[in-house]
Order: sequence, then structure tokens, then C-alpha cells
Amino acid sequence: MSIAPTPHADRGGPAQPLLLVQDLQKHFPIRGGLFGATVATVRAVDGVSFAVRKGETLGIVGESGCGKSTTARLLMRLLEPDSGSLVFDGEGVGQNVQTGGMSLKEYRRQVQMVFQDSYASLNPRLPIEDSIAFAPKVHGVPDAEARARARDILAAVGLAPQTFARRYPHELSGGQRQRVNIARALALHPRLVLLDEPVSALDKSVEAQVLNLLVDLKEKFGLTYVFISHDLNVVQYISDRVLVMYLGEVVEMGPVDAIYDRPAHPYTQALLASRPSMDPAKRRTEPPLTGDPPNPINPPSGCRFRTRCPMAEAVCADRRPAMAEMGGGHVAACHMAMPGSGHSKAGRLAA
Amino acid sequence: MSEVLERPKVSESTAANPLVKMRDVGVTFVTRDRTVHAVNGVDIDLAAGEVLCILGESGSGKSVTMRALMRLLPRFARVRGTVEVAGRDVMAMDEATLQDFRGGDVAMIFQEPMTALDPVFTIGRQIAETVQRHEGVSRAAGMARALELLELVQIPSAKRRLAAYPHELSGGLRQRAMIAVALACKPKLLLADEPTTALDATVQIQVLLLLRKLQEQLGMGVIFVTHDLGVAGEIADRVAVMYAGKVVEEGPVGAMMRAPLHPYPRGLLGATVHPGMRGQRLTTIPGAPPSLETAPVSCPFMPRCAEAEPACGEAMPAPRSPEPGRMARCIKVPATQA
Repeated sequence: MSIAPTPHADRGGPAQPLLLVQDLQKHFPIRGGLFGATVATVRAVDGVSFAVRKGETLGIVGESGCGKSTTARLLMRLLEPDSGSLVFDGEGVGQNVQTGGMSLKEYRRQVQMVFQDSYASLNPRLPIEDSIAFAPKVHGVPDAEARARARDILAAVGLAPQTFARRYPHELSGGQRQRVNIARALALHPRLVLLDEPVSALDKSVEAQVLNLLVDLKEKFGLTYVFISHDLNVVQYISDRVLVMYLGEVVEMGPVDAIYDRPAHPYTQALLASRPSMDPAKRRTEPPLTGDPPNPINPPSGCRFRTRCPMAEAVCADRRPAMAEMGGGHVAACHMAMPGSGHSKAGRLAA
Repeated sequence: MSEVLERPKVSESTAANPLVKMRDVGVTFVTRDRTVHAVNGVDIDLAAGEVLCILGESGSGKSVTMRALMRLLPRFARVRGTVEVAGRDVMAMDEATLQDFRGGDVAMIFQEPMTALDPVFTIGRQIAETVQRHEGVSRAAGMARALELLELVQIPSAKRRLAAYPHELSGGLRQRAMIAVALACKPKLLLADEPTTALDATVQIQVLLLLRKLQEQLGMGVIFVTHDLGVAGEIADRVAVMYAGKVVEEGPVGAMMRAPLHPYPRGLLGATVHPGMRGQRLTTIPGAPPSLETAPVSCPFMPRCAEAEPACGEAMPAPRSPEPGRMARCIKVPATQA
């Protein structure tokens, strides 16, 4: 029951996706009334499918309530999905080991997560060295070895072990605590790290330090990242591919340059246009979108973006748009991108 | 929009004076456990109808400076210096005068509308209350003004929303409702403390554009606190950068964004991720801001500054102005030109 000292071996080769997510769905019932009957359902994640390739950084962007954090928790299996499957390097997660599956415990050894709130995600009563050594000990590493490893990893994230190892979380700054969280995630030598808004609570000068660190660690340990953020500039900086979510669905996905230079979905276009310009001479006068994102309790029929979309037509209310291929792995769920969909502008966007 | 919200013409005597004049304002929080020197001598001037952004990281003293301006700090805070708003000495006001001053001459909007609005009163009631309190009008007149204000801040189906409670509104609408409460008595000065930080990108730009439009329409002076350079670029006329309770640089937003004078804003600009920086290494500012348990006596940025030299540790750098309208507290900046 001892953990391999070296990083986990690659099994399927570079062509096989590290994580394959198929039709993931999570609805939260809202209970009310005298007998606690289900009165409504929050459709937090509604049929999300994507693949995370080996060695890449996949960025997930979207506004609050779009389901990006629920997706992260489903990927970590902190939440049980209603339906859908996860396949990690060819092995079904949570399926019978005898039939080529992978146990949850083994899966969580290879997939680790870093959260936004660096203070809430550390045990305030444990010195950070013990927090980092905790998971390896659970997985059967002897105490002394786990501590030694914790100190090595602390050094790797830029915190001198002799100064910091015995400190408690409240004795550290926000940026230092986030380094500890990253160190803890790396303590099990994972292959995939889920980063849920890891720099959103940090000041700009500290954010840059942590982003540089993440880039270095990825190189050094051969990691794969899923990077979730609402900050479009940060996602553009760190990601190889980007996935845009709106109200529990994937609206567009593709290589970072394609998404940022040639966004196909009207929502992606509006999201990119909403970034404040750093140049006061280029101030905009009209907001690209009006209104707030609708409530995921009763999402609009058909295309969920149609209530805010300037191009919406009758077909958008009738049918849910299918993923249209734009070339080079760039896909968009919009009737305008799909030739023959019935939208008057259909097919003009196709590459 | 309506004549109720037209501003009275600025009289000749006040036009010459700045709307806000803060001189050597300092705030020290003294508790049994420790003392924090949050603000250490800040000078701020704001002309009528001007938008000033106070830019800084957490702990730089930007919010405390704003609260000092409105005398909203708790009793254990020791405040020194002079604050004048529209020619009136704020520090000398008694409690009754302050109540007229707050909401009447100066209004403030906050980051979290859910905690700033009262959850047990409708939006309409909360706006009308402010109007009734300051202008002594009837409840019906207050409600009529509330409806006008909700239309002014572009809340759709305003009539229906008058009877809505804060929890029934989305984040963007709640923030608009708070702006409506703040504008209820046509303040000369609006203080905005990170009002868009908690909003989504597509809603943030809507609220920023609304604030800029209202500011122009009503001719208000605005002090806008933010940590986001992009937000400052979108709304500010002038920017004051704070570090360790000091304004380290101040100047017009365009010049500041193109070429900051002080090494701290320069580092901040370099550390902010812009589009098109993929694959480049981000420049960082090493270390962390000082703890402020003692008031800084020399340049507070020196320990993190790449260009520091022994002279930086000798005294607090005096403000220098290499070109008119710009100021920086750094000994490397060329001295004042004649």
C-alpha cells in the first residue's frame, strides 16, 4: 500500500486524452413546501463534454452561475454527477477495477485541486508542513518520508522550508498560502491539477508571481492543468485551449488563439468585448450586452443565450444548437455557425 | 432625464475652490493588540465634475482614506489632518451636521450591495426614505422620486421593481439600486468603493458605463477606489496610486497608463496580464507590502524596489513633479521644473 516514488506512468500514450468528460450533468433540486417536495431544479451543469489532452492547460471561462466551479467539483468527484462519465487515461473513473476501471482513491491520487480561498482550504490547526504531508500519509507513505517530501515541495513552490514549514496558515500572506495549497496539491505527484480561480483573490503583483510559479511547476513536473477563471486575460495567458461556458453548457471551445482572435459564438464575442481597455483613448460607449445572466433554475429553451443575444431568431428558441466544427478543433454551439440550421445567417461563420 | 435631477448651477464662489481638499490626512487604528498606520499623510484634491481613481492593492489604505473623507471610521481610529468638501470643514462637523452631510452632499456606494442595502425594506422605500430625510418631502413625493431614479439608473420595468426587496434582484440590478439610493439627493460628490469588483465581466462594463454617463449628466465629482487598472482606464480622469498609506504617484490617466513615473505603478502595470502576453514571463514585484505596524519614515517601497539606493532609506521622498499635473514620490524622478 505504498505510493510510487516516481510520477505515475503514462499508459495510453500521448494521443489518448488524459481526461475524457462525456455528457456530464448535475442538477440541484430545490426543496420546499410542507413535505420538502422538489419545487425547482438548478441545472448547474447540463450535458458538458470535453477532453483534456496530456500536457496541456485547458482554460474554462464563464460568468458566475455558469457552472464552472460545479464542473471542477464534478471532475474531482467531490460531487456525484447525475449522469455522464469520466475516463482517465483510458480507465473509467469509479468503475470496477477488474473490468479496466479505476478506483476513486486511485483517481484522486492522480488528480488534485487548488481552490480560490487559500485560507478556508487549509486546516488552521495544522502547521503547513503537516497539511502538505497529510495526503501522502493517508496513501501509506511513512511519516518521516512524507515530511521530507513536504519540505522538498515547499522549496519547489518558493517557500524556504526552514522558515515556513512549522508556520500556521494565519501566519502567512494570501500569496504564500496559495503557494502552500499548490504544494499540497503536488504532494501526491498528480498528473492532473484542477485550479479553481487560483489567483482571483490575490493582488496583481502577487498574482503574477503565482502565475509564473504555475508555469514553472508545469514544466518541472510534467503536469496537465484545468484552469478555471472569470479573468479572460489570465486565461488567455496561461491556456493552450479554452472552453467557454454559459448557464451550464459549453458554448464554444478551441485553441486559445482561435477563441480570442476569431470568437464564433455571440456570447464569447460579447465576453471578450466586455474587458475594460487599458487605454483611456479607446473607451467604449455602449456595453456589448445588456442585462444579467439568467437564472439557471429555469434556463431559456433552445439556445440558452438567446435572451441576451442580438442575433436571436425564432430557430434559437425552438432548437438547442449543435456543436458546429469551425476547423482546427474549434467548435461553437450556435445556429449561425451551423450551415442549414435555419438561422438566416447560418453558415457564414464556418471556416 | 427630468428637471428634478438637473443640477443647480455651480455658483461662482465654489467654482474656484476644489470640491475636495484633503491635507496630510492620517489614520491610525489603535487596538489593545496592535497599532496599524493605515493612512500616512495623504493629500487629495478633486475638482467639481472630475473623476479620480484611487488605485492600490489590499491594505494600501485606499478604502480607509475614503471612509475618513466621510467620517465613517470607528471610534478607535485616530484621524488627523484636514478634510474640506465644498468649502466645509468635515473634521469639525458634529453628529447632526454629519447626518445632513452624508447622503446630502456626499454619497457612497459599496462593493457588496447585498450588505449595503437593508434586506427588510423594498428598494422604493429605501430611496424614498433618503429623499424624505434630506428634503423633508412627503412619502408620496419620495416614492415618485424613487421611480425617477430607478429609471435614471436604467432598471428595466422600474415601476415593478420599486416594490422589490434586495434579494429579489440580480447582482447587477442590486448595484444599480444602490447607485439610485446614493444619487437620491443629488450629491456633489460620489464615493465609490470597488462598486464593480463583485460583478461579472459583462455586467461590470454596463455599470461602469452607467456611472460615467450619470457623472457627466449630473456633473458630480467622483472618487473611485479600485485595484483594477482596467477599471481605472475605463472611468478615471486622474489616477492616484496608493502604497502603504501614501499616494506615491498621481496624474492624468492616459499619461499614467502609458508611462508611470514611480517604480511601484510601473511594476504593477508590468505584473498585470494584458492580452497578447502569452509565452512571455510576467514581471513581478518581489516580496509583499510592509506591515504598517510602524509608520513608514523612508520610502515604503524601497525593500521591493529594483532601483533602490541608500538615499531611498534616509527620508520620505518629497513629491516631485517633472511635468505639470503629475506627481511622484521617488527620488529618481526628475525634480520640479520651473
